[in-house]
Amino acid sequence: MGLAKRIIPCLDVDAGRVVKGVKFLDIRDAGDPVNVARGYNEAGADEITFLDITASSDNRDTIVHVVEEVASEVFIPLTVGGGIRAVEDVRRLLNAGADKVGINTAAVNRPDLVREATDKVGAQCIVVALDAKSVSAPGEPPRWEIFTHGGRTPTGLDAVEWAVRMAEYGAGELLLTSMDRDGTKVGFDLALTKAITDAVEIPVIASGGVGNLDHLCDGVLKGGADAVLAASIFHFGEYTIAEAKAHMAAQGIEVRM
Amino acid sequence: MQKIAVIDYGMGNLRSVSKALEHVAENAEVVVSADASVIESADRVVCPGQGAARDCMAALQQTGLAQTVLDIAGTRPFLGICMGYQVLLTHSEENGGVDCLNIVPGEVTRFAEPLFDAGSRLKVPHMGWSEVRHVRDHALWSGIEDASRFYFAHSYYCVPQDDAAVAGSCHYGHDIAVAVTAPHLFACQFHPEKSAGDGLQLLKNFANWDGR
Repeated sequence: MGLAKRIIPCLDVDAGRVVKGVKFLDIRDAGDPVNVARGYNEAGADEITFLDITASSDNRDTIVHVVEEVASEVFIPLTVGGGIRAVEDVRRLLNAGADKVGINTAAVNRPDLVREATDKVGAQCIVVALDAKSVSAPGEPPRWEIFTHGGRTPTGLDAVEWAVRMAEYGAGELLLTSMDRDGTKVGFDLALTKAITDAVEIPVIASGGVGNLDHLCDGVLKGGADAVLAASIFHFGEYTIAEAKAHMAAQGIEVRM
Repeated sequence: MQKIAVIDYGMGNLRSVSKALEHVAENAEVVVSADASVIESADRVVCPGQGAARDCMAALQQTGLAQTVLDIAGTRPFLGICMGYQVLLTHSEENGGVDCLNIVPGEVTRFAEPLFDAGSRLKVPHMGWSEVRHVRDHALWSGIEDASRFYFAHSYYCVPQDDAAVAGSCHYGHDIAVAVTAPHLFACQFHPEKSAGDGLQLLKNFANWDGR
């Protein structure tokens, strides 16, 4: 038996509170990141990703405290993304107990940040988040472009070329989100996922569009993803992590039971 | 009350390790310290570590803690985790070659790229949950089933010279020695502090280990 494919619930955190609610976990305060993380750990999640969506810079430090609290009580890997601008931000989150830090816009603005960060803290701690959108016209060969600011700002960067470059710069992992699919529940953009997983040697987490358990399997079996990330199907209790793993195992995918 | 020191040489995630130890060892005082005298006064010592070999060894040398680790090796239970395992070997090929502590003779080497197993390509870093085989009985495996999964995140792996030192192995492209032991020493490539229940059990076992 080899490496298990990972299932990663993703939680949006705003000013220290989990937003979008987590309805299925039998916990008193579904806005408390520690409660939610503990619930997912007990449910069998392989890893947890926190996305800090705090808009106000006044509240930026709260994510550090959230990570400290969660890492004091929940002993599975934690990835934290959102608002990372400098190597110092990376270090603070790692010192607070994060295992991996996701870099998105800052990598587009200054790609060398990825090189500097991996040189300082090791490749295994740096996840580069790619938000990609299809930009090819019907009939053209498929092509995707990297966008920032939640899919609003085009960068002119070809998604596959950018993925290869970020891997060369030392990224330990890629978190690939299809901006076309995010929130649609129609499944991952498998052509995009496959194009990226074929192009790089590092692990790829597929994200954006999961609406049912077959989508998770497709991400691995057709997209070649090493891990699958989802939010709403877990948060709203449509499926449990255990159901997801059982379904994947039944399709011959190796998972941690 | 026993004291467990977590060595702080400025390289990363000490909080998770110390909190996990506090979580499992209620009768212990867990201190995170860069002070050689504090570390030498502890009943047990944990050496975590994250980052590149060159930086980790440089930090150990600059703080004088390399000598502390050499001094206490074999005198009380010592647990090396991830980079805290790799620095125990003789030499690492990371960063163009780095001399390490030579407490466990052997080399640290990088996964081949591309890395294949049974015709399929494996990703590097080795990131995620892999099964760990108990190569030999050990007090630190107590209560943990053979082939339980632990969390890994690494691109380099240890090749100890002495097969008899290997306590645990994992298959990733080929068998790798992911846990070694010697009197009063246990070191692992995986992260027990991030490996949920089985990881906590291993830390608990360490907190109770007599070193033999």
